[in-house]
Amino acid sequence: MSAVDTQHEYAGEPRFGFLHRTYAMLVKEFIQLRRDRVSFAMIVMIPVMQLLLFGYAINTTPHHLPAAVLLQEDSDLGRSILKALENTAYFRFTREVHDVSEFDDLLLSGKVLFGVEIPRGFERAVRRGDRPALLVAADATDPVAASSALSSLGTIVQTALAHDLYTGDPVSLPFEIRAHARYNPAAESRLNIVPGLVGTILTMTMLIFTALSVTREIERGTMESLLSMPIKPVEVMLGKILPYVMVGFLQASIIIGIGVLLFGVPVFGSLFLLALLSTLFIGANLAIGYTFSTLAQNQLQAMQLSMMFFLPSILLSGFMFPFLGMPQWAQYIGEGLPLTHYLRIVRAIMLKGSTLQNLQYDTIALFGLMLFAMTVAVLRFRRTLD
Amino acid sequence: MTHAADEIAIDVKGLTKSFGGREVVHDLSMQVKRGSIYGFLGPNGSGKTTTIRMLCGLLTPDSGEGTCLGFDIRHDADLIKRRVGYMTQRFSLYQDLSVRENLEFVARLYGLRDPRGAARDMVKRLGLSGREGQLAGELSGGWKQRLALGACTLPNPQLLLLDEPTAGVDPKARRDFWNEIHALAAEGLTVLVSTHYMDEAERCHEIAYIAYGHLLVHGTVEQVVAQSALTTYTVSGDHLQEVANALTGQPGIDMVAPFGTSLHVSGRDKAALESSILPWRDKPGLHWQHAAPSLEDVFIDLMNRSKDNFQ
Repeated sequence: MSAVDTQHEYAGEPRFGFLHRTYAMLVKEFIQLRRDRVSFAMIVMIPVMQLLLFGYAINTTPHHLPAAVLLQEDSDLGRSILKALENTAYFRFTREVHDVSEFDDLLLSGKVLFGVEIPRGFERAVRRGDRPALLVAADATDPVAASSALSSLGTIVQTALAHDLYTGDPVSLPFEIRAHARYNPAAESRLNIVPGLVGTILTMTMLIFTALSVTREIERGTMESLLSMPIKPVEVMLGKILPYVMVGFLQASIIIGIGVLLFGVPVFGSLFLLALLSTLFIGANLAIGYTFSTLAQNQLQAMQLSMMFFLPSILLSGFMFPFLGMPQWAQYIGEGLPLTHYLRIVRAIMLKGSTLQNLQYDTIALFGLMLFAMTVAVLRFRRTLD
Repeated sequence: MTHAADEIAIDVKGLTKSFGGREVVHDLSMQVKRGSIYGFLGPNGSGKTTTIRMLCGLLTPDSGEGTCLGFDIRHDADLIKRRVGYMTQRFSLYQDLSVRENLEFVARLYGLRDPRGAARDMVKRLGLSGREGQLAGELSGGWKQRLALGACTLPNPQLLLLDEPTAGVDPKARRDFWNEIHALAAEGLTVLVSTHYMDEAERCHEIAYIAYGHLLVHGTVEQVVAQSALTTYTVSGDHLQEVANALTGQPGIDMVAPFGTSLHVSGRDKAALESSILPWRDKPGLHWQHAAPSLEDVFIDLMNRSKDNFQ
């Protein structure tokens, strides 16, 4: 090979040196960006995801919220009232119960947000002109979800019932609507937000701690020698997750401690149960972060995956917007996020004093999600460099 | 296990491995005797690392089979891993752990009874006493290499796989390293070591040369040189570059390579080579000598030939 063929002349300092060098850098960056598929996907995915979620899924004045009805008598008037309530589009009666304790359980477990009680002898009392009380109990832990329905209750029912009622007077109802905002009577949003923050902060930090753990070993070259030693994937995973369970636990204690001491958020339920289920939630997030780190090619990708998981977690879990106000498809996605279940758990334990029995479903869901993530991680963990 | 199998640490046949359609190792067979130092030579990208990784279960061969320490390389990776120390090409201990912490980690992972004691003894053996608290990332290249070797030998393996252990290490550290390897082999350890350095090849009991995924020759250094059937002349004197340019490509001349102040002219066809150099033999100022080919001549020749055959 002759050296002359491949030699190009250096023409001295070019006239627009600044432009040439900037251009060289720009071309290189573009090539690198094009090769980095995940970054490229993020450029498209993040705006699309945000727009769709905000545009379709989020509703700050939610409708069709699940409600339970406690019918103490079966009367025409009762039925018309329920129909009228449903016509307001705020309520959707999903359960009919027959005693007060069942009614309370549904509210405690978060299966319904409202309960409407039509007392015995209601219709007769109306006819007599006694103005009996119709009880509407709301789970006000999330003031946003409850307040719009509660505030417009009187007028809407009145209009809806106007032609059904035999009183000539359209201004006043022949019965009283007694709305009872349970668990957060003053509708203070911080009572809702502080417990929610426990979950959000834990999601963010726990994901990041473990999302980098495997990719870091690969990038630093330590994975190759780790794989050549007699250690099994499950052992690697547990060894990497367990230290952070303690870190997460410490973090949760700090947030809850500050919430109680500075913001006056109550803890009505059992602290032990809260600690136990928080640990479960921490484990689920660590497992998911660890799974990301087995899927990602490098640390940047692991971070990007965590971001793409964190975003819907914030928007679809019920942290920022009422969960039950979202369309069904968004709720299905939400059910797949640990934060959704933990928010229900932490709010229910702190504000409602719910017990493990009330929270069975969410506990099992969290456990299931954790096991699922761990299984994927162990299966995905490459024991060889193939 | 038969007695013969006892004598053989590595016995593999027909190992083949491809990545993305490109065959990196082709039909490779080799045997390594227990207690020997086996040198694995070849250019970059020739498949040395891939072969070593297949031997310790880090890669699954596409085809081929064999045993490592008597265990099947396909199915008994876990058993092999317990008995093999693998030192990767790139420093792969934890840079943000101290010398002692790294050694204790390895000792615990292999389930040694007294990880602290084992680490302490190794620190002493490595001559790192007083520096056991230093972070591994802060050590110099030579010390990192020693530490990595120490970590590999800590769990008392029967076989060491060393992938270019002395790349980028100064000559003194390299010599110490090889003394250590010979000491370990004398204790009965089998060592498979890949390298680029010819002087290191000559320190091995046996060598194998691999290029483009093919194992081309193996045996002792003397056997490999003898097998090559290469005729080499060295020429020293003035205007050697001119001589080199004129001889390159002439019939019978396969290689012309400068070595310091002399030129090695080699070829497989002795008669053709001699007739090609004839016009230059009596030039004043040039001094010709018939010489034995060096190991490097043999390897470059093998590489050139394999390029023709496999590329």
